[in-house]
This record gives sequence, structure tokens and C-alpha cells, in this order.
Amino acid sequence: MNRFAELLDRLAYEPARNNKLRLIADYLRHTADPERGWALAALTGALTFKHAKGGMIRALIAERTDPVLFALSYDYVGDLSETVALMWPPDPAHRPNAAPTLTDVVETLSTLGKAQMPAQIARWLDGLDETGRWALLKLVTGSLRIGVSARLAKTAAAALGDKAPDEIELVWPGLAPPYAELFAWLEGRAERPLNTDPAPFRPAMLAHAVDEADMATLDPADFMAEWKWDGIRIQAVSGLDADGKAVARLYSRTGEDISKSFPELLTALRRPGAIDGELLILRASRVQSFNVLQQRLNRKAVTPKLLAEFPAHLRAYDLLAEDGDDLRTLPFVDRRARLERFVAQLDDPRIDLSPLVPFASWPELTAARADPATAGAGADAAAVEGVMLKRRDAAYVPGRPKGPWWKWKRDPMMVDAVLMYAQRGHGKRSSYYSDYTFGVWSTGEAGDELVPVGKAYFGFTDEELIQIDRFVRRHTVNKFGPVREVAHEAALGLVLEVAFEGLQRSTRHKSGIAMRFPRISRLRWDKPPGEADRLETLEKMLARDAIDPAPVPSSRTSTEIA
Amino acid sequence: MRAEDILVPDSSGVCCKPGGFHIDPTRPVARALITHGHSDHARAGHGAVLATQETLDIMRLRYGENFAGATQAIGYGESLDIGGVRVSFHPAGHVLGSAQIKVEAKGLRIVAAGDYKDAADPTCAPFETVACDVFITEATFGLPVFRHPDAQDEVAKLLHSVALFPERAHLVGAYSLGKAQRVIALLRAAGYDKTIYLHGAMEKITAYYQSRGIGLGPVELVRAAKKAELAGTITLSPPSAIGDLWSRHFPDPVAAFASGWMRVRARARQRGVTLPLVISDHADWDGLTATIAATGASEIWVTHGQEDALVHWCRARGLKARPLDIVGYGDEDESESPAPAEDTAPIPSPLEGEGQGGGYDARSSLANSPPTRPPAAVDLPRKGRGKKGGGKT
Repeated sequence: MNRFAELLDRLAYEPARNNKLRLIADYLRHTADPERGWALAALTGALTFKHAKGGMIRALIAERTDPVLFALSYDYVGDLSETVALMWPPDPAHRPNAAPTLTDVVETLSTLGKAQMPAQIARWLDGLDETGRWALLKLVTGSLRIGVSARLAKTAAAALGDKAPDEIELVWPGLAPPYAELFAWLEGRAERPLNTDPAPFRPAMLAHAVDEADMATLDPADFMAEWKWDGIRIQAVSGLDADGKAVARLYSRTGEDISKSFPELLTALRRPGAIDGELLILRASRVQSFNVLQQRLNRKAVTPKLLAEFPAHLRAYDLLAEDGDDLRTLPFVDRRARLERFVAQLDDPRIDLSPLVPFASWPELTAARADPATAGAGADAAAVEGVMLKRRDAAYVPGRPKGPWWKWKRDPMMVDAVLMYAQRGHGKRSSYYSDYTFGVWSTGEAGDELVPVGKAYFGFTDEELIQIDRFVRRHTVNKFGPVREVAHEAALGLVLEVAFEGLQRSTRHKSGIAMRFPRISRLRWDKPPGEADRLETLEKMLARDAIDPAPVPSSRTSTEIA
Repeated sequence: MRAEDILVPDSSGVCCKPGGFHIDPTRPVARALITHGHSDHARAGHGAVLATQETLDIMRLRYGENFAGATQAIGYGESLDIGGVRVSFHPAGHVLGSAQIKVEAKGLRIVAAGDYKDAADPTCAPFETVACDVFITEATFGLPVFRHPDAQDEVAKLLHSVALFPERAHLVGAYSLGKAQRVIALLRAAGYDKTIYLHGAMEKITAYYQSRGIGLGPVELVRAAKKAELAGTITLSPPSAIGDLWSRHFPDPVAAFASGWMRVRARARQRGVTLPLVISDHADWDGLTATIAATGASEIWVTHGQEDALVHWCRARGLKARPLDIVGYGDEDESESPAPAEDTAPIPSPLEGEGQGGGYDARSSLANSPPTRPPAAVDLPRKGRGKKGGGKT
């Protein structure tokens, strides 16, 4: 565990991809099986033991420390695992060599009953130093965020055998931790492991955002356009196993298997193939807002009620494989033709084709993007978040190659709001006031008052963050724990230009409105707070841009996100 | 007699009315007693200054000959009568010349410790516990998450990295007065005998340490060296220079930073540090609480830092405790002005060292990185989170 903790520690600070690769490869090279295999599983997110809850860790530290000191420390450090790792009192009976190995930890956790978990974790914490405790807590709570993607870890493993990362991807779905056969192959001691998964994930192709300068260099004749739907990008794969039995899986964009969450879509995948598409919720053939989809995503149990209220739908963009043929090297225009036929043959109401957006020139596409409703999206226009441009001749390339695909999102809505409260950030921003609640003017009982309409925590530059942080500290009028109330009067305060993607009714907010994806677009030091926007402006925007509340087959009409 | 009749915090720091002097005033006053040379405690422009010889020398180096109307040196253990109040200076173990100031009147003993540490430091006199009735303490690292490890082990980490990356230069951010010289001394104690390079801002203070008989081995100004020569070497610089344009003079530099703040990962990341070294010239939590207990004081005043936690700790033990809320000592709100980092700058800003709380660097890159935990106070829909893993093209 100590070697692994050291690796995580170094990785957490190391920004350079190549240095990360060197560190991981070095660790894998100098660590024995099965320890290194469990480490690779941890880095690729393949460990499946039941995670300890934050509450349990809090209870452990509460037994050992003063609650006030803990609260102050946690507020300062901004990360539960790290706070506990640093505050954990030294074990008076500390024995040398008491530190567990990663293998100990993983194997113990896989069989450990819930009731024994707290005492076991406490014993491990007693045996480790600060870094070891931090790594252990990150691991057992399932929150190893050290800036290493599964792809990067696999690339580092590939370096052990001078293999290309894609060679690992191809065999990966058939492997399980601690990957002894993978290392044996990489070290030339065994044959390549076979990928026997009949429905494998294929690394997704992603787009770059396009801007006007890019557009000027592009020929519209080279491209096809389609709507960018506001759902979740998924890959729906179906195949036949060795016994001829159909196997279907849904993967997130990053290859996470999300089949269990959408069983009704699996049954629709009746033909062997791999569809790249958007997961949406349709009610009465109408695409619902992302907020509706998110209500389903947040549920752990997939109940019949949930299936009825939030019926999942796949809107197909692309076809990556069909009947065992890999189509990814074909030009998009050919894949599209195959896709159209494939979807027609599936003939399932839960899967349809994402329509192309016809255009002959950039101005035509600009007009379609500005008004999807009349450009073919019809009543679903509110669920369109822009257009995608795909080169007719482009193969399907994993990753984010620049050129073949472009995304061109809708322009955001804008409002000038006044900063009301600020909260210190977490993680990297733990000492900065970086989360801002802002409001607009409304007529209250005692005249005009600001009502909060949203909260944003990004969109500003490093320099602006420092300026806002300074403003917050100098204009604090009240402190509530980690939250500061900032001066917000007609003549004194900070106006933020806030960009957002949409508005929703919300019963949870005094303003009755919630913003979608708000971010700080500009700091308006020049604008007196009294001239910021009013709630009526937002109400008008809401009326204009209303995402149809649509038939909701239950009493649950809330549109907020838990 | 109450302690407040002898010493009372006012807008300029801690004031002794019967003696007619201030301790570490943050604004110019007629008579100042100065604990140590860091510029949040030692400011220019006082009418008269009483301090150790080293502190006076350091102030002269930083502010020039006329930094005060008059000066008087006092040695450790010596005492003076000022207006019926007896004052004496005692080692604080913080930096060269640093002192605790004991003020005694009518049988009541008050010790203003300034900044202090109880850990070993080869570059200054070791901290002495001074028994007192009222102890005025700092609380820079006044949270139980701060337990400074053995500084020699941290230097071993640095040397290990130097061995691991012989083709790269190691830049160690260290406060120019005290920390830099301590790191050099620690490197020497670990057997490192090569030339250690210095940023220009450290030249005078380091030479002064050497002139006081503190062995630092071969040190050279880095601006005299060529880029290629700096592979595999160690250079000390003010922390703000580490991520600055200045660091481009080095081959693929490794950014290290010697500070107690490096205990908290977010702090290291904010500064773009890849090799955090937890080396502090302040007492850690255990040091603060042990020192408070050792003084035997029944009343604790906390000047600056994480005073809430320390005040709480004292009260839980039945000690009277209060924060003084003095503005200007290592106040994190004061630390945000960017520090000058030019090689030519005579003395780095006081705002960049530890003890200055949230001293952060305008060049750190932290915008555009979403926080790792959703803030809890005000809940509004946000798309970015729920969609993770399921994203978009």
C-alpha cells in the first residue's frame, strides 16, 4: 500500500502526461503480481468492492477528535479523506510493518461485511502514514481523483511490452483484475489474451468546438450536419456469444457499462451491431429536457414506475459495427447509409435516427442552428443544444481528432446578476471564494430586493478568480460557516454577466426559477448593481424558451436536480 | 492588575500603554519592540526600535540605514525597564534573531511570542519556553491537520528527486529570510556539498547569515550560471518566482516549495508545485499546544492564523483565550497582492512566504477546473455533475 500511496501522491501533483506515464510504468515494472494488477485496476476504475461511505469515515474520526476542531479542519482542507488522513491521531501501539498491502486491502474489502468495515479501516489507518492514509481513504471511498484516466493507465501498462494502447483496449473487455495474463503477455511470457466479449466497447470519437474562424476555412460541401441532442452520449452494442446467445450492452462515452440502468433499451437491440447515439427520455414522442433525464440517472433502483415515467430512448448518430463487420474505417457518409438501413430494420419505437440538418451554405446552417424548430427539429427544438458537423469522408477515429467532427452549440442566454454569496471552493480551490450565488432584482414588500437565481463556479479566468476572491474578502457583510454574504446593494456590489443554457421553473428557489448550466461570462466592474437585470427579464426569457412541461405521467413534476 | 492594563491590542498591533511602546506594530509608531525581521512584523518608519542585533541588522538590510529614527539592540535574556515595565527578549526559534518579548509589571508576566517554532533549526537559537501568566501566541498552523514531519526527511525527498531527474533543475521556493538558509543548512546536514544556487532576492540575507557564522557551504547567484549548467542542481528562490517567467532559465525545472502549507494538497496544487516539501518555521499544532501548556499561562491571546481552532482548544482546557484579530500579520486577506519576483528585485515581498496565510500566486492555474465536491450551501441545478461519464460529443 505504501508504494501505491507514493505513486498516487506523485501522480496527484504531476501535471505532465508523459511524466505520469513514466511514474505508472515504473511502478508496474517494479511491483510484483498481484499487487500491480490491483493497482492497475484501481487506476482504471475496475475495482468493484463496496465503497465505504463518507459518513462512516466521519464517524471514525468523530470517535477520535474534537468535533469543533474537525469541522474547522475540514472546512480548511476541503476534502474529507485528506482531513481525516492528516488529523488521524498517531497509534500509540504502532507496530512497524503494520501497513497493509493493496492486495490485502482489496481482497479483504471484497469479502468484508459492512459491520466489520469501520474497525478494519481504523486498523489500516493506524498502520499507515499520512500519505498512506490519504490513499487508503481515497481508495475505499471510491474517490481516487488523481488526474489519471483509465486510458492513461492502460497506456502506461502497454509501455511494459512496447504495445500500442489500442492493443490493450482490444483485449481489455475480456480481462479481470489483477490482470496476471495481461502482464504475462506484456512481458512476453504468454500469448495475447483473447477478448471474448461479444459486445465490446469501442473508444468514442469526440468533436472540437467550432468557431467562426474555423468555419471560414471549411467548405460546407465537405460536411453533413445533424442536431446535437441534449441527452447522454452512449454506445449501444449487441452481439452473439460463443453459444449463439444475444448479448447487449450500453456504454457511456467513456466505456462505463451502464446497461443495468436502462434495461428497456437492451431488449430493443435485436440485431448485432454497435450504435453511437444519444440517450434521451421521450414522452408521447416528445424529447424531454435534460433535467427530466437527470431524474432518471440519479435513481439507483430501476423500478417499473421509473421505467414508465422516464422511458429511455436511443437516437442514433452513427453505426460502428454491423454483423461482426467493423465499419469504423468507412467514410461517415457510408456509415450513415448503413445506419439508416440498420435502424429501419430494427424497427423499434425506442430507437430512431437522428435526422440530418440539410444545408448548402454556412448561412443556411447558421439559420438552422438559430431556429431548430423550423429547420426540422419541430416541437423537440428545445432539446437541441446545437449542431454537429461531420466530414462526409471521415472515418470513426477514437479520441478527439481535430478536423473531422465539429460541435457548434447554441448561443447561451445572458443576464446581468449581482453577486450575493460566495463560498470557498474545494479541492484545488480550497482557499478561494470560487462558488458564487447571484441574484436579480425583484419587487419585494419593502421595495426592490435581490432574489437568488443561480450559482456558478466556473467560467472565469485565474486572474478574475483572484479579483473576485479579493472583492469577496473585502466586502463581506456576514459569515455563515464557509459561506460569506457579500455586499449587494444598488450602489455597492459586483455585477456578474452570467451565461446559461436555459431556465426551468423551480419550487425550491424563492425566485421560482432555476438556471441551467450557469457560468460566469464576464465581470461587470463597470456596472452599478442597481442596473443589473430584473426577475421579470428572466420570466420573459422563460416564457419564450419554455421547455414544454409535457405530459408527466405522475405527480412528480419537479424539474430540479437532486 | 489586569493584563489589559499592561498590554492591549489596538489598530497598530499590541500596545503597552504604561511603557509607551508597541510590539510589532503594523503602522509607524513612536517606540516599537520588534520580535523578528519578517516584514509583516518589522516595518520601517518607527521613531525608535528595540530588537535583537540580528533583527536590527536584517531591518537595515531590507529597508536601508534610516529604517527608524533610533535603534537599540538587546540580547537574549537581557532586560530593560521602560516606563516602569520590565521587558526582556528570549529566543523564539523562528529565524535568525527572532525573539519572544516578555513584558512584566506588578507581578504579571506577559509573553508576546511573535512567530516561533519548537523544532530544531541549525540557523537560529533554539526556542526557549518562558513561564508567564498571559501568553500571546501566533496560530499560523493552528489546526490539527498541521503536523510538520521531520524537516531532514523532507530534504531527503528533495535529494532523492535530484538523483532521479539528473537532467532537470530543481527550483525550491523558500521564503528569503530564514527558510532559504534553513533549507541550505538542512541540505548540508544531509551531506549535499555541491554549489547551491540562489535567486538574487536572497543574496543579501544569505550573506548576512554567513557573516553571523552560519555555515552554508558554497552558494552562488544563479544569474551567473548558464542554463545547461543547471541540470541536476538545486536553486532556491522566492516562492512566487517558481512558476514565473524566471523559471524558464532552467532546464525542465521541477517545482518544489518548502513550506508548512505544503501539508495541504490543495495548497501545493494551487501553486503548481510538483514536489511539496513540508518544512515550516512555525510551530505546528502539536508545537503550539505543547508550548501553551509549557508556559503555564492561564490566559492565551492569539494574534493571527487559524485562531478559532486554537482558541477553542484552550477554552476546552479551561484556559482563558481570545483572538486579537490583528490586521496585518500574515493575514490571508492581505496576501493577495502579487509578489515581485524579478531576479533584480532587492527583497521579495513579505507576502509570499509562509506565515502569510493564503499567499497565492497569480500565475497558478486553477480556473476552469470544477471543484471536486459540490458545494452544499445553495443548491441549484447544474448540468456538469450529473452528466459525468455520460457526456457529449
